[in-house]
Amino acid sequence: MCGIVGLYLKNPALESRLGELFEPMLEAMTDRGPDSAGFAIYGDEVGDGWVKLTLQATSEDYDFKALIAGVRSRLQLPLDWFQNASAIVLKIQADEAVVRAVLGELAPTVRIMSVGKSIEILKGMGLPKEISARFGLGSMKGSHIIGHTRMATESAVTMEGSHPFSTGADLCLVHNGSLSNHFRLRQELRREGIHFDTENDTEVAAGYLAWRLQQGDSLKTALDSSLEALDGFFTFAIGTRNGFAVIRDPIACKPAILAETDDYVAMASEYQALSSLPGIETAKVWEPVPATMYIWERESA
Amino acid sequence: MSESNTPKAAPVLRESATFDRLTIQEIQRAAETGIYDIRGGGTKRKLPHFDDLLLLGASVSRYPLEGYREKCGTDVILGNRFAKKPIHLKIPVTIAGMSFGALSANAKEALGRGATIAGTSTTTGDGGMTPEERGQSQHLVYQYLPSRYGMNPDDLRKADAIEIVLGQGAKPGGGGMLLGMKVTERVAGMRTLPVGVDQRSACRHPDWTGPDDLAIKIAEIREITDWEKPIYVKIGASRPYYDVKLAVKAGADVIVLDGMQGGTAATQEVFIEHVGLPILCVIPQAVQALQEMGMHRKVQLIVSGGIRNGADVAKAMALGADAVAIGTAALIALGDNHPRLDEELKKLGSAAGFYDDWQNGRDPAGITTQDPELSKRLDPVEGGRRLANYLRVLVLEAQTMARACGKSHLHNLDPEDLVALTVESAAMARVPLAGTSWVPGSQY
Amino acid sequence: MKTIDLSKSTVRELNQALHDQVNNVQEREWVVTHSDGAHNLAVGVSEAVSIDIQGHAGYYCAGMNQKASVTVHGNVGVGCAENMMSGYVRVKGSASQAAGATAHGGLLVIEGDAGARCGISMKGIDIIVGGSIGHMSCFMGQAGRLVVCGDAGDALGDSLYETRIFVKGNVESLGSDCIAKEMRPEHIEELQALLNRAGFNEKASDFKRYGSARQLYNFKVDNASAY
Repeated sequence: MCGIVGLYLKNPALESRLGELFEPMLEAMTDRGPDSAGFAIYGDEVGDGWVKLTLQATSEDYDFKALIAGVRSRLQLPLDWFQNASAIVLKIQADEAVVRAVLGELAPTVRIMSVGKSIEILKGMGLPKEISARFGLGSMKGSHIIGHTRMATESAVTMEGSHPFSTGADLCLVHNGSLSNHFRLRQELRREGIHFDTENDTEVAAGYLAWRLQQGDSLKTALDSSLEALDGFFTFAIGTRNGFAVIRDPIACKPAILAETDDYVAMASEYQALSSLPGIETAKVWEPVPATMYIWERESA
Repeated sequence: MSESNTPKAAPVLRESATFDRLTIQEIQRAAETGIYDIRGGGTKRKLPHFDDLLLLGASVSRYPLEGYREKCGTDVILGNRFAKKPIHLKIPVTIAGMSFGALSANAKEALGRGATIAGTSTTTGDGGMTPEERGQSQHLVYQYLPSRYGMNPDDLRKADAIEIVLGQGAKPGGGGMLLGMKVTERVAGMRTLPVGVDQRSACRHPDWTGPDDLAIKIAEIREITDWEKPIYVKIGASRPYYDVKLAVKAGADVIVLDGMQGGTAATQEVFIEHVGLPILCVIPQAVQALQEMGMHRKVQLIVSGGIRNGADVAKAMALGADAVAIGTAALIALGDNHPRLDEELKKLGSAAGFYDDWQNGRDPAGITTQDPELSKRLDPVEGGRRLANYLRVLVLEAQTMARACGKSHLHNLDPEDLVALTVESAAMARVPLAGTSWVPGSQY
Repeated sequence: MKTIDLSKSTVRELNQALHDQVNNVQEREWVVTHSDGAHNLAVGVSEAVSIDIQGHAGYYCAGMNQKASVTVHGNVGVGCAENMMSGYVRVKGSASQAAGATAHGGLLVIEGDAGARCGISMKGIDIIVGGSIGHMSCFMGQAGRLVVCGDAGDALGDSLYETRIFVKGNVESLGSDCIAKEMRPEHIEELQALLNRAGFNEKASDFKRYGSARQLYNFKVDNASAY
């Protein structure tokens, strides 16, 4: 059980303020999710042939310098990186598979949180306020962002169990609700080659979407199939390279609000998370109907 | 040899364990009526229970307390996490939620009278608060259920505590049920239903689902009652480790966990028998959850489901409960299934000690009925006296055993005072098998 | 008139001040500013005071209201006026899920849309919605009237008891035991009175009536698929 929030900027002039606008949205969801928090921010795209990864270690003291030196010496490819608390963002002119293999060898305990052209996923245990401060959310720039505050239901409170979950390149998922058939589905997806780190029901939903997309489904087809395959109560917000999507299960008990102005589209579990956004007083505010995908995306550059 | 001298023995009939007579009867009943069987009560199966645990009395290393002068305290404070007016009970045995509708008005009054004499609380049920019960009960807990039948803020303000009900042990995940013959004019009026309909009840609350929204609902109830009254959350035992943590995170002052031995006035037989958990395995998980959050004794735990005697009370508290609740036992104390009713019960197709068709409202004891003639048979004053007697015995028995274990307060009983007689009960209660130091399954 | 600014005061202070009016009304008119979607505003009020909330409200606004008149100049979250007993709640914007849930009396007017489960388990309240309502509305509605000037979502009136439902627009689908019923002169009169009370410029004759078929009142095996 949790709070979810998302902000997609239609007006590029606001991109330098994305983190500043989003931070109060995340904190407003603290009561819904005191255990852990996380967000996936999109922006600072890498060029053709390049890939961006977010890696997270268990502590800020992890010797990332040594890890990067190791990667450099192994791959001899152009790369760039910076550290943010216990995480690093690594940009490298290489194939995802190659990088994963090297990282798996050199640093098996470091988790790859996200891979893509644009996405960066940062998450951790603690109150949303703490997560914001730890990663410097308030000064981040980007085109769109989704976030989550967690009240763990049937699995442990760990960094791995926090949302967002990555479902593939530039894709991620946050979830408010509780799935009732995640156990069997996890077993089936494992047989399909999907890897799981936790017993968390949301990770299963993310894995299911990743599998459908790998099979060639479009995002819409994959989400439509998920309405059948996933049993339980859910509001999902999905981050894509160019935007975000929202979908609710057919019974639609878990809350969801959308707000749209000329400058942005915002989504939250409760209206009060949106109340600090500029122009919210005159925004179009509505609730998504059940079993229907809503998506906002810019055209690819 | 002559065959005619050897009398032929009657052939021995062998019953199938899978298709026994009871199963055959049920399949044939289903084929005839096309409806599931509905009854009252809790699970009838034999389950690992408190009877499988023993208390270790004093000996050389541990010394007992004398009776009388050397006190063994029994009081309990419920709801001091946030409420301005927590509830102080003299004994750690409360009367569980049972509705007016399921029970007659006289029965509800009797429960109130008996509980007040004993210094404990009663609880309303699905259908609301009656003046009889509020008038008689010194401490009244007001249930807040998915159906919201009879719910109103005036009664909320009159209550001493509010119990938000997610479910009960007999049917975790099920809603209330009251068949048409018990939906009399008074019951229908309180519930805003047409007289005589089979009441359909919701299984989920109408305006919240999930612990994140429960937190906001608890805040609302607290706001309406100006933070005065403790707010309980009652859960039918299912995933107690997670449920307790979530209830604490949502803001509960007290958590009530009801095991599958807990009774209901009416629900489907399959639901009672095949969904839920025995209370024995629930308590250690709940206590572990509270301890991990640093909330044991700060958010109090009341457990129910098959509490019958002072030994059950003592053992439940030794496992870490702050108090217990009784439902079925209270009705039996009032006179349910009394042997003198045997003739009448036989006419209903049952017998004394077997009667569970509480849903039909024809109880000759006058307890689970709305029929005015039958209800008259239960004298509320006499009923109250009987309940108070029974509660007194429960507490005296528990104190006797606690003193024998060297405890000056029932709360000081702890798991180390217990051993188990079977592997199952040892694993469920997380205490060693008697004569060994083995707790099966402890690595899980 | 008393103004409470929620950027300076707490919701607790607001509600306590309103509750302190019981049998001792010092202020008849209350204004709440900077509500910003806060939950539990004006809950459990039990005096005939008027409360003007100048902004959006969160969950359970005016929950368990008795006698008071509450106007929200904005949208409301889940469970607006839930379990209201009497009084008047008016939402100028839209309402989220479970508006008027389980309420026993009073009048709830929503000028915009209402979300899913509008009037769920309603027990005597009158709810009048200027816009449309979401799915599963009036689920197990027991008493009172639900009036919708726009459309209604799926499964309207599922498992309905005695609430009367009037919808002007399109009904996506009807729930178990809910059927269209004849609009007789007494219903037109009843509905017009409700529309007038809400201040909506609508003609009762444009509406259709829906009610319980009463087939689920006592269990019959042939209806099993309805469950």
